[in-house]
Amino acid sequence: MADEKIISKGFVGHRQAEATKLPPGQYVTHDFPVLSATPTPKIPLEQWAFTLTTEKGETRTWNWQQFRALASERVKTDIHCVTRWSKFDTNWEGVAIDSLLDGVESNAMYAMAHSYGGYTTNVPLADLREGKAWVAFRFDGKDLEPEHGGPARLLVPHLYFWKSAKWLNGLTLMQKDEPGFWERLGYNMYGDPWREQRYWGD
Amino acid sequence: MAGAALLGGLDWRAGSVLERRKETASAYTLVLDVPHWPGHDAGQHLDVRLTAADGYSASRSYSIANATQGDRVELTVEELQDGEVSPYLAEGIGVGDPLEVRGPIGGWFVWRPAQLEPVQLIAGGSGVVPLMAMIRSRALSGSRAPFRLLYSARSPDAIIYCDELMMRAMDGDGIAITFAYTRMIPEGWPRPPRRIDAALLTEATIPAEQKPSCYVCGPTPFVEAAANLLVAAGHDADRIKTERFGPTG
Repeated sequence: MADEKIISKGFVGHRQAEATKLPPGQYVTHDFPVLSATPTPKIPLEQWAFTLTTEKGETRTWNWQQFRALASERVKTDIHCVTRWSKFDTNWEGVAIDSLLDGVESNAMYAMAHSYGGYTTNVPLADLREGKAWVAFRFDGKDLEPEHGGPARLLVPHLYFWKSAKWLNGLTLMQKDEPGFWERLGYNMYGDPWREQRYWGD
Repeated sequence: MAGAALLGGLDWRAGSVLERRKETASAYTLVLDVPHWPGHDAGQHLDVRLTAADGYSASRSYSIANATQGDRVELTVEELQDGEVSPYLAEGIGVGDPLEVRGPIGGWFVWRPAQLEPVQLIAGGSGVVPLMAMIRSRALSGSRAPFRLLYSARSPDAIIYCDELMMRAMDGDGIAITFAYTRMIPEGWPRPPRRIDAALLTEATIPAEQKPSCYVCGPTPFVEAAANLLVAAGHDADRIKTERFGPTG
């Protein structure tokens, strides 16, 4: 509708020096804001489990002990929330999705992440492979707090942060893309911050 | 309605300021006229975009404060001292000035008049804004759903929409309102200033047995605390919707 931006008379704004690391429409925060749609679930570690389900319905499940026995990696990365804050150089520790997919036979193109509390979000499988995504269980050297998604959350830092599902308990591989929780409610199916894919049609 | 509008993508629309109202020392309401506004559900938000003369622009999301009424869209903005967008919306923009908006956005933290169940609203600070849209939408639609609002603010003068809330609490229309203060209380107030706790929740909210839909909005620690208290009081997590309403500069 408004193809040309309308000038806001007298508006100057805060230009940020670190702009090259900042996707369009974002601003830098040094806090770690929390966004969630439901109360924070409290998941005791002895009840925690992560299940990988292939498109054929085959499953693999890890309990906490088995999951933590997998090789983990330290990841330093920028994160970008669709509500426009970006946080630079965050420190995580997690298990690469590649490790969880190791030896799994699948022709799937997409995955649906599932969480305790019922949250879901869809991500193309290629965006989870080759060191691009993790199941993270530590932030800044400490166990991930429940309000930030602990015991474990998905970490897909190159997409808007709603794709990094908190309280993760599974991944389901799919041949066709399907919308998750926010994606059904108007948010973008892919969510690339550099292309500013916030909402449907972006 | 709102969902269908989103399917084709969300365009920036040129609105203009019809009216500005000072709500508290730091909160302002902007009444906008947005031609061809597609309508919104109570609880949804929109993006505002400001553009400087050299093309630099900054956007932020704000909750919509009014019930959907044609092209009229109301925002209530809390001014942050070092904010980028909020000071301009609070002090820099005048009646008649243009303002670009895009929305409505969000289909989760919403109340629709077709909902008949009791509703418990819990607000911390400026988190009252989307809940006010629900209260106004209820009134405008003639809904008889029982509503209760528990509104926690720093002090009596930090209550946004104070006069309207008092009026709505007293007009016999079925809304019960409890104010709670964390720092300063009015003279003779029955409770000392304190953060919301289990005792206040028992006293001032719809009991879990009545299975209300609960909407909690405010700063993160407030939302975490209130949602945990609701779960502890027996409310099903599936009936609790939360929205963080952090300061957006």
